[in-house]
Amino acid sequence: MLEKTPSDRPDAAQRPEADTVGPHAVPLTLRVNGMTHTLSITPETTLAQALREQLDLTGTKIACDRGACSACTVWLDGAPVCSCMVLALEVGAREVTTIEGLTDREALHPVQAAFIEHDAIQCGFCTPGLIMSCVALLKRTPHPSEHEIRAAISGHLCRCGTYPHVLSAVLAAARTEEA
Amino acid sequence: MNGFEWMSPGSLEQAARAASATVATAMACRSGTPASDAAVLKAGGMDLLDLMKEGLLSPRRLINLRTLPGLDRIEPAGGGLRIGPNVTLAQLAADERLRTRWSALADSAGGAASPQIRQIATLAGNLLQRPRCWYFRSRAHHCVRKGGETCFAFAGENQYHAIFEHNGCAIVHPSTCATALVALGARLEITDRAGAKRTVSLEEFFLLPQADLQRENRLESGEIVTAIELPAQPASVRSVHLRYAQTESFDRPLAEVAVVLDLAEAVCRKAAIVLGACAPVPHRARAAEAALTGQRIDEALARAAAHAALQDAMPLSGNAYKVPIFTAVVRRAILAALVA
Repeated sequence: MLEKTPSDRPDAAQRPEADTVGPHAVPLTLRVNGMTHTLSITPETTLAQALREQLDLTGTKIACDRGACSACTVWLDGAPVCSCMVLALEVGAREVTTIEGLTDREALHPVQAAFIEHDAIQCGFCTPGLIMSCVALLKRTPHPSEHEIRAAISGHLCRCGTYPHVLSAVLAAARTEEA
Repeated sequence: MNGFEWMSPGSLEQAARAASATVATAMACRSGTPASDAAVLKAGGMDLLDLMKEGLLSPRRLINLRTLPGLDRIEPAGGGLRIGPNVTLAQLAADERLRTRWSALADSAGGAASPQIRQIATLAGNLLQRPRCWYFRSRAHHCVRKGGETCFAFAGENQYHAIFEHNGCAIVHPSTCATALVALGARLEITDRAGAKRTVSLEEFFLLPQADLQRENRLESGEIVTAIELPAQPASVRSVHLRYAQTESFDRPLAEVAVVLDLAEAVCRKAAIVLGACAPVPHRARAAEAALTGQRIDEALARAAAHAALQDAMPLSGNAYKVPIFTAVVRRAILAALVA
């Protein structure tokens, strides 16, 4: 153990243990895809880990685990975030939407269908995240320009290089929605 | 990532009292293994979690600032704006007041990182993030900024490193919002453990390596940035932030510049020109500012000012290419501000 001078220590008298949890597992309630789940997690568990490892929602992928590739994109109250850089404990009352929650699972979302139609998938690992960003874009901008699509997917890495096909798929999905 | 305790403070004062270290002091060590007993503050956590995942920081406790009320608003104040530390980069990029009157800040925030990160990353966190130097981010390299003996960039791979003011350490300051905010004359309100507040100009807040090798700014343990203050801007002021990166998508800039001009027609009454991604702090190009002040700005003057901005550059073995890029970006930014 390193010796520390007293000034480096938090003031023990002021330490409010009541609102401190961990490092052991703590109970947590998450609202995901319209369902409420109670789970037990340690504080360092990311939202991506909680979704995949505890709720079996493995459509959300972890690739870089540093917020650099966006494969783990989910929505928090409708806004795309990288779930690998959000602690599960921080989600609070916000609604989490994953790729599994886009539809009722009976049918594909029009953007998913457009990805298939336009061959916007190769290995598929980045695809769920890309689709979450593209659907969020169409929700706020139903008829995006190519520039707006590029901006919306600018955080995503696709090492198969499907980007031009993703653009075609989103433009087509926007036209379909219009029809 | 190491296990830790998660504290949700009831007040700002409680948070400040619980913090035992800044991220910089918690990371600095002689041995190469950071101490594991620190209690550090967390806002968006983009940089903090990254450092922890890389094993560069192993705090015992994280203190969550994100749920403290009242820190995520942009409010008018004395003709300027008072920006809460928890305001996200996405909020800044979308704010109409910023887009019209302080557009350099909106542009810098909107161009930083990815849309997903901008939803979570806070302005104060962006200003306080640690450098992106790959030696600093590598556990295998115990560099001077982490308490070691060597800056590996001088003899190593330095294509993304500093071309100015690299005295002992060649990092570039990682915050693009800082580039815009220094040019806009922003000040920080900082609150300490006792609840006392001080304000400091952002320009003076950042520290060069000769002042301190192991931290990028003057924040002390137990202090919290509680506001970012933008001064009132006369209607005659125009500001732009331009960046140049290797890819148009998510990438850190090779060169960026913020230009703030107070104009009477095309005559420049006052200029602030700040270069980012080129020095350990946002770099004020005073020679370029002097070249513009009192002059009618045209293409030739913008070109001359851009050359003046780079005249003292001292590129390292692998980054001389940055000089002509910066020269072009500074010239373009001056001309863009003229018509902004």
